[in-house]
Amino acid sequence: MANKIEIENFSVYWNAERYLNSISLEVKMNEILGIIGPSGSGKTTFLRSINRMNELETGFKHEGLLSMDGNDIYSPDTDVVLLRKKIGIVFAMPVPLPMSIYENVVYGVRLSGIRNKQKLDELVERSLTEAYLWNEVKDRLNISGLRLSGGQQQRLCLARVLAMEPEVILLDEPTSGLDPISTAKIEDALNELKSKYTIILVTNNTKQAARVADRTGFFLMGDLIEIGDTRKVFTSPVKKETDDYITGRFG
Amino acid sequence: MIISPKNMQRGVVSILTAATAITVLILIFIIFFILEKGLPVLSLNFLTTNPQDMGKSGGIFPTIIGTILLPAIALLIAIPLGIFTSVYLCEYTKETIITKIIRFATDCLAGIPSIIFGLFGYIFFVNTLEMGWSILSGGLTLAVMVLPTIIRTSEEAIRSVPQIYRQVSFSLGASRWQTVKKVVLPNALPGIVTGVMLSIGRSIGETAAVIFTAGSSLRIPTSLFDSVRTMSVHFYILAREGLSNQNAYGTAAALIIAVLIINILAYWTMHRFIAKRN
Ligand SMILES: Nc1ncnc2c1ncn2[C@@H]1O[C@H](COP(=O)(O)OP(=O)(O)O)[C@@H](O)[C@H]1O
Ligand SMILES: [Mg+2]
Repeated sequence: MANKIEIENFSVYWNAERYLNSISLEVKMNEILGIIGPSGSGKTTFLRSINRMNELETGFKHEGLLSMDGNDIYSPDTDVVLLRKKIGIVFAMPVPLPMSIYENVVYGVRLSGIRNKQKLDELVERSLTEAYLWNEVKDRLNISGLRLSGGQQQRLCLARVLAMEPEVILLDEPTSGLDPISTAKIEDALNELKSKYTIILVTNNTKQAARVADRTGFFLMGDLIEIGDTRKVFTSPVKKETDDYITGRFG
Repeated sequence: MIISPKNMQRGVVSILTAATAITVLILIFIIFFILEKGLPVLSLNFLTTNPQDMGKSGGIFPTIIGTILLPAIALLIAIPLGIFTSVYLCEYTKETIITKIIRFATDCLAGIPSIIFGLFGYIFFVNTLEMGWSILSGGLTLAVMVLPTIIRTSEEAIRSVPQIYRQVSFSLGASRWQTVKKVVLPNALPGIVTGVMLSIGRSIGETAAVIFTAGSSLRIPTSLFDSVRTMSVHFYILAREGLSNQNAYGTAAALIIAVLIINILAYWTMHRFIAKRN
């Protein structure tokens, strides 16, 4: 399968201190790549490097190559706004914007200039359906997104990314605060979505990676220790650190 | 002597209650006092006729026009300028020594007595720019006077919008300006409106800065370069010259009622806006 994203010797510094050490990996078209590792190992930093969210914070510096479809993401010619439309992100904390469910979903596409009400309506229904939320909210699309439960809010956040029809979806521990039923719904959604999108799923829950990821990478203290087919990483890891982590001996 | 926590608590509560009570009582007393003396004078006739005899008798119609025009010009200029400035300071610049100096300067300006602004307006707008005593000079002076307040309150309001909303907006492919327009300003609106309302109140009630720049003509103005008298200046002149205490109170009552109505309208509009969004 072709590579969607290629990362070569990519390092990140926060305030001149290095937090990602020369990471190299590929993300294949239409796969779910799981990223696991203890907290503080640089998973979020890695994920937010891909759609250039890190540069909104002070003290960010990077080295190395990060490309999508062969185009350098950090090239001065890259249109960041366009890039973020192609690479959507779901944060760990569900944060609906303080507006209606409908407006949350169409936020990104409205910015792209789509005004046609019928087109927007279709988009809302399709995105919410893909995010496994439509049936729960279809009769109250005009209430504030803030009035949904945490699990529903997170699916709303997923829907608003899907509405933009991105190519890549980044998820940063999307189920860390959710109940098992909401978690299952999001995992089901991801399983269906991978036919259309390339997905990187950072998760604090190793079982989740085992359930939904095609391949899994293990981060530890800024290093990519191991990456490979999920089954292989979980059943016969090459590195001792990986084995220790997935069997729960640390982290 | 050691005061027990319980007595301390009682003491603090009584002091706080007393302070609140005094504040409210003073406020009620002032309003009641002025309305009591002014309301009997107020009538449709008083509001819609020209003053006779320097204001000893007749109505206050021209001063109502002045009171509407001056703050209107001031706010028309100061609101966009102030909001854009605070957006620029909060969203488009990194926090540096320069932004700190700008903020400090704005704070200082907000605390300067209005008569100094009057003097500035007199020297700059009336004389240097040769606008004379006019609606325009007065409006511009008031704009300069309320600008710091609008900038500071808008800045506070903009800063209180959670950072994560901006991140979400950027992550959905919004530009900085789109983020400001669709997320930051709507959420900062209640705070901004508070600042604007303070400014409306200040510019309607302002006397010193206006008398130096807009003059005190009692004619009905026909252009922006005509002099005009506001209700507060009218009140000041009537009272100081001892022309008519009765009409002075009538003017004051009209002024208070106008400010109340404007504030209520502003709150109402804002709450409707917020309710519509949620
Ligand atoms: N904006 C930032 N500024 C400074 N340091 C940061 C910033 N974001 C993350 N870090 C540091 O980078 C390290 C890795 O954090 P993170 O990427 O959030 O790890 P993880 O997601 O695996 O828990 C942490 O030690 C954190 O303090
Ligand atoms: Mg993290």
